[in-house]
Amino acid sequence: MENTCPLISETDAALITDRQSSIMTAGNNKKSISCDVDSLAGSVSQRACVFSGARVVLNPVTDAVHLVHGPIGCASYTYDIRGSLSSGPNMYRRNFSTDMKEKDVIFGGETKLIACIDEIVEKYSPPAIFVYATCVAGMIGDDIVAVCRGASERYGIDIIPVESSGFLSGNKIIGYRAAAEALLKLITPKDGEVVEKTRKLNYLGEYNLGGEKWVVERYLKEIGIGINVAFTGDSTVAKLKKAPGACLNLVQCTGSMHWLAGMLEEKFDIPYMDVNFFGSQNTIESLRKIAAFYDDPGIYARTEALIEREMKAVTPVIEKYKKKLTGKRAAIYVGGAFKALAIIRQLKELGMEIVFTGTQTGKKEDYEEIGNLLNEGSIIVDDANPAEIEKFLIEKKVDVMAGGVKERFLAYKLGVGFIDHNHDRKDGLIGFEGAVKFIREVYVTTCSPVWKYMKEGLKEEDDDRNSQQDDS
Amino acid sequence: MMTETVSKTTVKQVNENQCHMCMPLGGVVAFKGIENTMVLVHGSQGCSTYMRLANVEHYHEPIDVASSSLNEKQTIYGGEKNLRKGLDNVRKVYNPKVIGVVTTCLAETMGEDLNRMIAAYKLDNNLDDVDIIPVSTPSYTNSHSEGFWSATRAVIEYYAKPCEQHNRINVIITHISAADIRELKRILDVWGFEYTLIPDYSMTIDRPFTGKYKKIGAGGTNTGDISRMPGAPVTIQFGRTCEDKMSPGLYLKEKFGVPLVNLPLPIGVENTDLLMKALGEIAGKSMPKSIKNERGWLIDAMADSHKYNASARPLIYGEPELIYGYTCMCMENGSYPAVIATGSQSSLVSGMLEEVLVNSDEEAVIIEDADFATIEDAVLKAGSNLAIGHSGGKFLTENYGIPIVRAGFPIHDRVGGQRILSVGYAGTLAFLDRFTNTILERKLSTYREARKTELLSKLESVPDKSCVME
Repeated sequence: MENTCPLISETDAALITDRQSSIMTAGNNKKSISCDVDSLAGSVSQRACVFSGARVVLNPVTDAVHLVHGPIGCASYTYDIRGSLSSGPNMYRRNFSTDMKEKDVIFGGETKLIACIDEIVEKYSPPAIFVYATCVAGMIGDDIVAVCRGASERYGIDIIPVESSGFLSGNKIIGYRAAAEALLKLITPKDGEVVEKTRKLNYLGEYNLGGEKWVVERYLKEIGIGINVAFTGDSTVAKLKKAPGACLNLVQCTGSMHWLAGMLEEKFDIPYMDVNFFGSQNTIESLRKIAAFYDDPGIYARTEALIEREMKAVTPVIEKYKKKLTGKRAAIYVGGAFKALAIIRQLKELGMEIVFTGTQTGKKEDYEEIGNLLNEGSIIVDDANPAEIEKFLIEKKVDVMAGGVKERFLAYKLGVGFIDHNHDRKDGLIGFEGAVKFIREVYVTTCSPVWKYMKEGLKEEDDDRNSQQDDS
Repeated sequence: MMTETVSKTTVKQVNENQCHMCMPLGGVVAFKGIENTMVLVHGSQGCSTYMRLANVEHYHEPIDVASSSLNEKQTIYGGEKNLRKGLDNVRKVYNPKVIGVVTTCLAETMGEDLNRMIAAYKLDNNLDDVDIIPVSTPSYTNSHSEGFWSATRAVIEYYAKPCEQHNRINVIITHISAADIRELKRILDVWGFEYTLIPDYSMTIDRPFTGKYKKIGAGGTNTGDISRMPGAPVTIQFGRTCEDKMSPGLYLKEKFGVPLVNLPLPIGVENTDLLMKALGEIAGKSMPKSIKNERGWLIDAMADSHKYNASARPLIYGEPELIYGYTCMCMENGSYPAVIATGSQSSLVSGMLEEVLVNSDEEAVIIEDADFATIEDAVLKAGSNLAIGHSGGKFLTENYGIPIVRAGFPIHDRVGGQRILSVGYAGTLAFLDRFTNTILERKLSTYREARKTELLSKLESVPDKSCVME
């Protein structure tokens, strides 16, 4: 089998051989990775679900009501799920559920959904309601599209169905698409409405975690470019409706927003470009790309001045911590490829070696790009599970890992540092100041004195591993 | 004093800001307390991931939960193939002795017959060294508290066999912290009891660092011990709010005749006294000296803090068994509760609370099937100045400055949720100190400004006549 790597063998008691083709190594003997497929049953995938994908994309719309149509769990687990900040309304931090009960599952949940919408409109008169379908709602065939259409007509506001039933796929990327479709519905002008064209740009795939949108907004403002609306960080329904008026779309999180950017180009003739503001080098490149689009001498000059000024603050920090971090070995396991690529580049800038990378939702071309950035022999895994993460953290003698909360404590248990890069984080990591924060976080965890005490224990484990083999 | 019970369902339909979670989540926690067990959630991938996330954020430990990862196709044609594949992979990677299978809304709505599928799987694979225990936990019927009871009962029903009488007592717990489990075990040890405590996740999901990492942590209730529970002299269960059909202790009583002593959680003096009295009767001896001392220290501390505590009008929210315990503790300390709420729908807890609140000086509102929108309304109306409960109430602090003494599950915005201690005399004292100090901290950080504003404005409102000569 061409794709077979020697990474999992029959003798690896704790690994699943069916997952062979989802693991590869970077370098000469390149093989294509199996990805974008359903998670294997029983593999303890780190993936979430379609509903969760839709939820994380739409949740930062600050003045919309987010109503989850399903039993309680779906809503309660995603309550205040993001670290997105708002400059105004806080409706997005309230969390609504139709709290379906057995009766609704048997007789249908539409009546309850209608009653809930009525109640919400009466209590809050929101400018829009997103109604998320969950597994059960989808399965019993509740027609949320019709319910939303009816309620929308009744109240004259946007009540938009998000078709995010979890069972559609174990891959939250399907949920990103459902969210994007809902957004497209929201921002498409109704008959007779005209949105005025401007010289401003839209910033797609920016969720304002820890205020990240505000950082980039400030840079752009300084060089003379305005943000029309960001999707969906710190956005409002009214601002989103102005989206067709932009002259350019920046796409930051490609996984969640490429499809929508394509649709906006098709429908409203707005070109788009990929940007990445994580890490100083990425930020510099992105700012120059944007300046080139506007092609205005004033913008060029101000961009270069900003870069020069900001790098004066960043360079000494990089130099300081690079001394401590050069040669340290890092692992990355995150949701999407955009994040993985951004982290790889930043860690390399610090002289670190990335020995293991994986994502939950990467595509073939993402993995190729990742492979090109890594040294020969680095492990690349799609849809990894704790057993694989554990194996590669130990085998590759990893010093620090970047990922989300589910990976954090596994790393700690193995005496490995951990960098949080999750959608619930509270500190912004974007732009030049974010780069400084990121570098500092990499340092404090990689070089923490804590690991000395843990590694002493782990060494004991090595010593008696042979005598413990029957003890797993 | 009067109490008012609010039934949310008659008031409104939409659940706004949830106060509870779903049934299989509680099932997962209970299974994690059985030795050498792995859990598989039969449903779509996201459910297991969310349950892991909720537990990971609380326990700060890796919590592995498998999923049968059902997709559209299996939703239509049935999930048996995926369940089998899932069980194969779980066995290969985790090599467990027990696999708990909890259902999700999806599997329940599909009508999956887990008993049949598991029996067939075991037969086809000639499996006699792995026990696979299914529990039906459709989220649309109950909350995580009931999921916890159901799974605990399912494990006991699976293993319990008629056996010879022995001296090992049964202790069945509700969903408490790992530190609480350890405290209960310490108390039982001090009394000199042999016991089977179930489910015991005090080591499995709060693992001490030993230098060894294992996919399934050491510890948990031993299945051999569970099978001998029918031969125990007595069952002590902390499940006064547990409905009969889910009660593990009642099962052991009805099926095997094991006497059941169903107690409230030993939070507060009187509830702990009840436990000690029961233990004393079972052991036929008086309370050990060291525990007597602990009781003494608690009473002493209650005197130290009683005046401060009198200024509190607490909101107490969370799982039924816990809110009952905390209500009792507050009542004993002269902190008369303003609002008591649970996301669960348990008709048992309201009646119990009303009995305790008879002695209250102030009116209290009891809310079942609560969400935080309802709680918030009640709290603002009643003027609560302090809360006891899980992280879900963080908005009360953010929006109204009401401090929360964190307790229960989930604690995801602080470290140490698993180490919150509140049972027994020592645990009650530890909790009471946190409670009182929260009152003091709030008072000391606000009283200067508050007094200044209040009293100076009063002072200024009096016309100045000091220079007027009569």
